[in-house]
Amino acid sequence: MNVASYVKDIVDTVKSTFEGMSITFSHLVRRPMTIQYPDKIPQPIQETLPRRYRGILEVDLDICTGCLACERVCPITCITIGIDMIKETKQRQFVHFDIDVCKCMYCGLCSEVCPTGAIRHSQEFEGASYNPAGLVRHFAPQPQNLYKPKKGGETEPKLIAKVDIGQKYLDEFATPDGGAAAEKE
Amino acid sequence: MGAHAVARRPEPGRPAGDLIPAAADAKLFSLAPYVVFVGFLCTFVVIPFGGNLIVADLNIGILYILAVTSLVVVGILMAGWSSNNKWSLLGGMRSAAQIVSYEIPAGLSVLTVIFLAGTLSMQGIIKAQGWGPWDWFLFHNPFTFVTFFLYFTAALAEGNRTPFDIPEAESELVAGYVTEYSGMRFLFFFFAEWGNLYVIGAVATTLFLGGWQVPPLALFENSPFLLGVAQFVTFFLKAYLWVFVAMWVRATLPRVRVDQLMTLCWKYMVPLSFVCLLGTIGFMFVPADLQRVVSAAMAGLGLALVIIFFLRVIFQIKQAKPELYFKPHI
Repeated sequence: MNVASYVKDIVDTVKSTFEGMSITFSHLVRRPMTIQYPDKIPQPIQETLPRRYRGILEVDLDICTGCLACERVCPITCITIGIDMIKETKQRQFVHFDIDVCKCMYCGLCSEVCPTGAIRHSQEFEGASYNPAGLVRHFAPQPQNLYKPKKGGETEPKLIAKVDIGQKYLDEFATPDGGAAAEKE
Repeated sequence: MGAHAVARRPEPGRPAGDLIPAAADAKLFSLAPYVVFVGFLCTFVVIPFGGNLIVADLNIGILYILAVTSLVVVGILMAGWSSNNKWSLLGGMRSAAQIVSYEIPAGLSVLTVIFLAGTLSMQGIIKAQGWGPWDWFLFHNPFTFVTFFLYFTAALAEGNRTPFDIPEAESELVAGYVTEYSGMRFLFFFFAEWGNLYVIGAVATTLFLGGWQVPPLALFENSPFLLGVAQFVTFFLKAYLWVFVAMWVRATLPRVRVDQLMTLCWKYMVPLSFVCLLGTIGFMFVPADLQRVVSAAMAGLGLALVIIFFLRVIFQIKQAKPELYFKPHI
């Protein structure tokens, strides 16, 4: 170590500390990057998430055909569907349709195979619960009839909207290349 | 009230009062925090908050501060050894090595001021300075200007503050010498550490920044009470400025390694403080008229540095183009 490098070390230390101190001082008047979640936010985080966000699964049972494709494709069997048939009317109906959010790994396979787009990822991510049982989502609290797609399109106005939402989800987000196409538009 | 809450206090984790590790030396373990605390609290005896606001103006005031703050090392070493834990012992040893090393540049910096003031008494040192920055020892000559920063750095290291907080470096030593402590004893360690920050500021103010000196206004001549308040406020604000700077340094600089810490002390700060000491001694032979010119020039330089600094801050703000926002509280 010679005198020149010794002096250079000291000068470098002083200069870099001076520069660093000026940067940290300027941060006193800058808005912090952190968000005071969940108390002080202007709008819910769910609304600010991207639309392809894979949140907790939701099911629209009104347009679910009961094909069990999602139950079969699920790698960890977190979806359990029970279907019964009423003997007099030969009408099949859901007894239960449960998704265990504890097990779900948000792979998105179920929403890709769904023919009507009934099962899909929502923007919801807050899964806090007091016990694991509270994380099992029951989508059929009481028995509900299966949806039968009509030939030539849906006619009932209430269902038309739901079918459209499901189809839009399938086209834009659920298919692997569909999302890229939607982003291009 | 806990019974009304949904999430209750976890039952099994409740500590049973006085926690002393089974393998620890119980007597030393429980004594150590108080030794540290006494070492910190004793310094308040000689801190001059105002012209008359001082517990005891000892004629060896600054030497007394250097002596009682050394008591902190004893307490920390006691805590580290008596915990019977490798992290604690390493923390204690590091702290001892660090504080003992940094006492040398700190002591030499203090000696520089003692030479200028010609006294060890805290009030005497303040009275040797004036209310204006050109009368402060900080701007007395170029050497004292450097000495001030050497003192402040050494004091930060003595107080185990970031960037010199290796005795409790959480990435290496869990919590250093406080690893085994909890409750009130833990609090005493940190009370002493944060309190020490104010003591550092107060001593720096006394030695270099003119202490409680206020301008001789006509307002103060008739009212000793107002004068006392003004002196106290002046001293308090100056001391707190350095508390702020210490936190600000903490936000800026990363923690240094142990070898870097020792290199900084023995290879840079000790030689530099010797140079400053000799330079100040040499400067005392300069004629008084010239000394006053140099003091004024140094005060101008200090002002220029502050202005350059804030220009740099404005440059940083412009560079980042941030959303301007000022809210110091959360």
